[in-house]
Amino acid sequence: MSDVKASAPDEQTGYKRFELGRFSFSRDEYFVTVGWPARETQLSHTLPVDAFLKALMRDVAWGFFYGWVNFDAVLGTRNRYGKVELYAGRYNDSYHASGLDYMETFETAEILATFKAMLTDWTNAGFDPFAAPAETSTTVFGKKNGSNTAAIERNRETCRRMPGLPGDASLRSDENGYPINRAFADVEQDEPELHVEPGFENEVHAFNLFKYLSRSDVTWNPSIVSVCRNSLFCPTTEEHILPVIHGNDRVEWFIQVSDQITWQVSDKETGQPRARVVMKPGDVAAMPADIRHQGFSPKRAMLLVWENATPGLPEKYDSGELSPYPIEL
Amino acid sequence: MSAYTTVFGSLAHYEKGRVEIIQDKARHYAFSNIFEVASQAQPYEKTAVAKNLEYVVEVLRAEGRSDWFTAAHDEFAVVMDGHLELHLVKLDDPAAVVSPDAQGSVRLPGSPTGKKMGWIKLRRGHQALLPAGAAYQFIAEQPSVILLQTLQGPLTVEKWADICEA
Repeated sequence: MSDVKASAPDEQTGYKRFELGRFSFSRDEYFVTVGWPARETQLSHTLPVDAFLKALMRDVAWGFFYGWVNFDAVLGTRNRYGKVELYAGRYNDSYHASGLDYMETFETAEILATFKAMLTDWTNAGFDPFAAPAETSTTVFGKKNGSNTAAIERNRETCRRMPGLPGDASLRSDENGYPINRAFADVEQDEPELHVEPGFENEVHAFNLFKYLSRSDVTWNPSIVSVCRNSLFCPTTEEHILPVIHGNDRVEWFIQVSDQITWQVSDKETGQPRARVVMKPGDVAAMPADIRHQGFSPKRAMLLVWENATPGLPEKYDSGELSPYPIEL
Repeated sequence: MSAYTTVFGSLAHYEKGRVEIIQDKARHYAFSNIFEVASQAQPYEKTAVAKNLEYVVEVLRAEGRSDWFTAAHDEFAVVMDGHLELHLVKLDDPAAVVSPDAQGSVRLPGSPTGKKMGWIKLRRGHQALLPAGAAYQFIAEQPSVILLQTLQGPLTVEKWADICEA
């Protein structure tokens, strides 16, 4: 069990202050303040507490995901798969050029323990960091007021082969706590018609993926619904803003299943804008290995994220062995 | 009446989005649309719309009765438009048809030899397992669209310059 360095609750707000290496984290009624050493001084950075907790929630639930999870233009993490880099300003042109950025590497268990403790202490009753803004309360603001453990202990739902197969991940239904989301009330709920010969019950298998997605209780949190060696179909439902700016350490692909999402794409290293990708149903777009991206979804939408989990990919892209662009036109 | 309308695409109606370039090249995003690709493809032509090293996502225009296919690994089909039947046969000797380390699907020369596993009626939104070592055939009365998660193989068609924004 990793040690978490936390203060006693603040007398005014009720929230604890946390330290991780030479980083410090504190929150008040509206904001989170992050501190770090820079040259001979101490710098700090402020984020709205709701945005911070939504980003923190994804970083924890995703196990630091693939590559970079930027909380905003200054703060973020990079997954080194076993270790995690926590940085402030490293991927921001101004901070980095001025030598005011700071980065520290932690064992994954250590940073995860601190992040979970922060999430637990700072998430008030009634606030769900996974929910769309229209679906959760504003109790995130103000003084400490209870907790919401059930909401923050959800992880990515992953399958070994395909949900619904014996011994694999469960399908979603009213009975196991997954009602249809309000934005997908018109999505048909019928299941495929299976005619199975005896002895092949474990191999003749199909399910209604759109029904499954219509019952997702989270936003911007991909699940895994099929595993083809290291190729993973990771569909997700998206509403409002992706709470992080994801920097790729490999190529990933987006297939827009329903509705519309617009992506702002920036340079992974500098954050300079590179493109906007407007995706409508049926559109397919690569997200190259040298970019960071953030999505905007005005109505809850179904997105199929396609990932390649082949070990060692980040090193191959870093070294230039692999092109950041998947297709030569 | 639903408060929200969920918009899906189809062969009959799709509206393609776009890439707005600020400081980049459109070709880096290999932007296409599966319904546009399917509308311009031959029935059951396996056109790659996404590629990640040896892995691909293919689009198939399902129309009529397909040949029989098989692969040495699992594949997964998602119906994106229309409705169709999927028939499965457990091959008596899969290695005689496709090498165990082969990638992607291959076409069987005729009908498969093996036990019938069953069949599935699928429509838009349904996902089916195409198990390793099984032969599969699609039957679609009306043009439909399948998204196939697989590996690049001898039947994969790459025509990126035709389908992507450059």
